[in-house]
Amino acid sequence: MPFDPHSIRDQFPILASEVNGQPLVYLDNAATVQKPRVVLETSLAYYEETNANIHRGTHHLSQKATAAHEAARDRIAHHLNAASPDEIIFTSGTTDGINLVANILTGSISAEDEILISALEHHSNIVPWQMLAQRTGATLRVIPVLEDGTLDFGAFQDLLSPKTKLLAITQVSNAFGTPVPVKDYISAAHAVGSLVLVDAAQSVAHKVIDVQDLDADFLVFSGHKIYAPTGIGILYGKTSSLENLPPWRGGGEMIKEVTYESSTYNELPFRYEAGTPNIEGGIALAKAMDWLSDLGLPSVAAHEQLLIETAAASLADVEGLRFYGPSHRQGSLSFNIAGIHHYDLGTLIDQMGVAVRTGHHCCQPLMNRLGTTGTVRASFAAYNTMEEVEKLVNAVKKAAMMLA
Amino acid sequence: MLSPAQKPTLSLPVTIAEKQQQLLDELNLFQDWTERYQYVIDLGKKLAPMPEDLQTPDRLIKGCQSQVWLDSSFADGKVNYAADSDSLITKGMIALFVRVLDGQTPDDILQADMSFIDQTGLKEHLAPTRANALTLMAGQMKQHAIAFAGK
Repeated sequence: MPFDPHSIRDQFPILASEVNGQPLVYLDNAATVQKPRVVLETSLAYYEETNANIHRGTHHLSQKATAAHEAARDRIAHHLNAASPDEIIFTSGTTDGINLVANILTGSISAEDEILISALEHHSNIVPWQMLAQRTGATLRVIPVLEDGTLDFGAFQDLLSPKTKLLAITQVSNAFGTPVPVKDYISAAHAVGSLVLVDAAQSVAHKVIDVQDLDADFLVFSGHKIYAPTGIGILYGKTSSLENLPPWRGGGEMIKEVTYESSTYNELPFRYEAGTPNIEGGIALAKAMDWLSDLGLPSVAAHEQLLIETAAASLADVEGLRFYGPSHRQGSLSFNIAGIHHYDLGTLIDQMGVAVRTGHHCCQPLMNRLGTTGTVRASFAAYNTMEEVEKLVNAVKKAAMMLA
Repeated sequence: MLSPAQKPTLSLPVTIAEKQQQLLDELNLFQDWTERYQYVIDLGKKLAPMPEDLQTPDRLIKGCQSQVWLDSSFADGKVNYAADSDSLITKGMIALFVRVLDGQTPDDILQADMSFIDQTGLKEHLAPTRANALTLMAGQMKQHAIAFAGK
């Protein structure tokens, strides 16, 4: 039986909101997704029933909080099929995870080395590598994008060499919804001895991730894109890739012993979790991943796919409308209408109660490459319906008429 | 039929305040946001495009999400404005200001109360970034007038 979004909509209190007197049509899910009541209740219950600092206290609540936090780590490891919960590091989000990896690799990169990223990356998967290149003197190279918004795999193979020390690549483009066959990229990069970081921010809510099957060294994502709160994220780090790397942030929790002269550092994963973590966020994230898994991620993804394809087919007859990215998209549909500024289109669509994103989507180099300053992006989640797709299409058509 | 003496007198608005009132009267004809937006969009379409060679970085108003160029000239004691934007709604918004301030003296422009824009009912329908852009535009137009004030 196909997945019915109406069966879950009342689990999302915010979806009952009105905008300009019209029911909210929330299609900005690639920016952040709304949270089901079970996740909101998990956050509240944590503070009402469990709150204490973890890993230190001998008292009952501290032990309860520690157990809940570590159980969350176990659940998340299970959902990602990590070999061990020790490979799951709590971060504040995708950006935090990327910065962590970029910093601990500083000592492993020298001036002759190369860092490879793709032209589809979000600014947060560009700038930390640029900074790493500046610190080490290494060269940043970019896998080019083709006219259809996919990556040029041949050019990628040409860029690979023994100098390549790290490949940082997205699994799904946030700007265009382009899915990237990262497994092929990972095995090719490993063949020249490079490490690989996968940015799963835009994929984690739309496809089952198996880190062992992918064989990535590092994989990062944000909780708020997978029905969990903001301020929590995950860095998966393969034990063999992470165990010999130095710590980054210093503080409590990440140490074994401290003297004024020197300190010894904790084991994985705690070595990378200095300070009191976002305990509630981690627990809520595990709950959100349980919720999505129980719902059936493959059937949710098939439903989202149907919404995207219907929206694309219905918008295709709008005069001058151009889609970005390949015809197979994941999560997001990105477009422009010739002669109309994306900002104007977004403003008018918003007036009609439809929330989309307009602009460069934190991908300025990519926008420059495709000769635009930005696009309109509609992005979908489990709770979006066919009626909402129709409202989007009608809103775009009406706005285009007003601006023509 | 009305005799000529009974005809209401329709004098053209001359001062900034009169022009502002005329704009507000026009906008009040519209019932809903769609019509008001359409009116602003049409103002944008009607505003004479700025020659492309004048669309230079020094004429860009910084801080707007869309690109807005502003230019001005001074003749016979009056300031004349030219403006353009790649966003039609933004262009319509700046056309509102141009209509009110164009052809006025620097002193009158500097003293003009630009809060009339709050009464247009447009601001409620603007994203905060757009509302900020309006403030920036009005400020820039006054800056240009300051440059001419001593001449």
